[in-house]
Amino acid sequence: MHFGLTDEQEMIVSTVRSFVEKEIYPHEAEVERTGKVPPEVAEAIKQKTIELGFYACNFPEEVGGAGLSHLDFALVERELGRGSMALNHFFGRPQNILMACEGEQKERYLLPAVRGEKMDALAMTEPDAGSDVRGMKCAAVRKGGDWVVNGSKHFISGAEHADFFIVFVATGVDDTPRGPKKRITCFLVDRGTPGFEVRPGYNSVSHKGYQNCILTFDDCRLSDAQVLGEVDGGFAVMNEWLYATRITVATMSVGRARRCFDYAVQYAAEREQFGQPIAKFQGVSFQIADMITEIDAADLLTLSSAWRLDQGLPANREIASAKLYASEMLARVTDATLQIHGGMGLMDDLPIERFWRDARVERIWDGTSEIQRHIISRELFRPLGA
Amino acid sequence: MKVLVPVKRVIDYNVKVRVKADGSGVDLANVKMSMNPFDEIAVEEAIRLKEAGKADEVIAVSIGVKQAQETLRTALAMGADRAILVVAADDVHTDIEPLAVAKILKGIVDAEEPGLVIAGKQAIDNDMNATGQMLAALTGWAQATFANKLDVDGDSATVTREVDGGLQTIKVKLPAIVTTDLRLNEPRYASLPNIMKAKKKPMEEKTPADYGVDVTPRLSIVSTSEPPTRQAGEMVGSVDELVSKLKERGAI
Repeated sequence: MHFGLTDEQEMIVSTVRSFVEKEIYPHEAEVERTGKVPPEVAEAIKQKTIELGFYACNFPEEVGGAGLSHLDFALVERELGRGSMALNHFFGRPQNILMACEGEQKERYLLPAVRGEKMDALAMTEPDAGSDVRGMKCAAVRKGGDWVVNGSKHFISGAEHADFFIVFVATGVDDTPRGPKKRITCFLVDRGTPGFEVRPGYNSVSHKGYQNCILTFDDCRLSDAQVLGEVDGGFAVMNEWLYATRITVATMSVGRARRCFDYAVQYAAEREQFGQPIAKFQGVSFQIADMITEIDAADLLTLSSAWRLDQGLPANREIASAKLYASEMLARVTDATLQIHGGMGLMDDLPIERFWRDARVERIWDGTSEIQRHIISRELFRPLGA
Repeated sequence: MKVLVPVKRVIDYNVKVRVKADGSGVDLANVKMSMNPFDEIAVEEAIRLKEAGKADEVIAVSIGVKQAQETLRTALAMGADRAILVVAADDVHTDIEPLAVAKILKGIVDAEEPGLVIAGKQAIDNDMNATGQMLAALTGWAQATFANKLDVDGDSATVTREVDGGLQTIKVKLPAIVTTDLRLNEPRYASLPNIMKAKKKPMEEKTPADYGVDVTPRLSIVSTSEPPTRQAGEMVGSVDELVSKLKERGAI
């Protein structure tokens, strides 16, 4: 058993770390203030990422990616997690579900996405279908050899900059002994398709500038060529490719927690009250000790779940544990850091209040903490018939 | 033309250094180490010469502990072609002195016959600022220190140097030793494909004995101490108050 990083991994970490510090940090305050990423900044980040060979580094070499393992990619995203989500979106990491592209879909979607010529966004959530994915109302029906889609999606991250969308839509209902069950199909939808519209979403307190959008489908016609995977096979592609997105949330939580933690330690060492640094008070120093312990635990849990994927070992439960623990750890670490800073922690002169706000969504998106607990407990009890 | 670039593994510039309890030096155990920033500039300049078609091969060399191979891997990931590691110490706290380093480099220069050696002007750990100059003396080559700009043209190089009060431009005959100043260039990030390739690039391991050099220290460290902590400042309400305070202290 070996817990160290290889020379290559060390270099990957140090390259991405300096990239985030030099190319992302300087623009964060502006993005936070305006809620927008200036287009020239977005383009510069994207071009530099392409030049460095890091764009779409999660894709295999045969389609033009860097072929990083899940573990190496987790290290990349851990460092990216230190920086603003709105900005590091342009350190492009297309959805790996695009590997399900067949035939001419590869030329139209997969390869341009890997080259950074087109950006993608994933659309699943609806106002009435959050954790209950199968409850989706957005539906497609057959008409004259095409599919006609009606309905809407919301909370769609990355939609603002996307050229095409990976959309999950209901394409029928099966009667099962446990009641009616919707069949789901995954479609690739180009921006500008008649009947399809991208509308501004809501203002979130987390990740300002990383906007969410609403997608509406009004008799939007799609051909069979737009189906990703099989008709009614939406759950199959989802299960094959989207399990790993939870590792993204976990690693980014660890990265952000480490950045936040540095502020906590520095401040505790420098801030003096009652004639001594507040780090001399156990009320503060023990909190710091708990923070680093939890960060390290989350880090190891996350990296080991990525490693399990690379080894071909079952990882569903472990990924759920990592996502659950890392996102909840981030909430505690950002909250404690804010508390250590006192009133100043709430002011936007420091990034602490931002880390604290940003942390909140990590327990919600990509499967809430409750869904992760459900996955974990189901895996434990299913074999026991309970 | 070959370009030789010596790189040193030093304490990372972001690390807050701590003096060892016995005053023998700075604590280096379990501390983040990186390539000396001036050497990073040297590697970058060498790679740019290669990209411009003015150099054929960039060789990075590091002299010190075995862990310096990480520093060499970084140079290879930036774009150097091969590396030479001279293992001259076992303990990370052993600093090989400039003259010993220069003598080993002289041995490597004799073996490799580079047209140019680009070195950092100094290492940020001991700030000696001596190795480049000593190597020039040992080889009898021209030297251009504190380079702010480097142009290689045929068998000569034009170097703009940072000197007190401004810039000085000199022309030196090749082969020559150039040492880099901070503003020569901005080192690149290692690209992902180059990071992956770095492991496959050759790294030769040598010892000081291979070059007939004795690295026994000639200097002894008497004591090491931290800089005095600065006293907190005092805010004054007006210029008059400032003037009277300064007078009080006898500053004016």
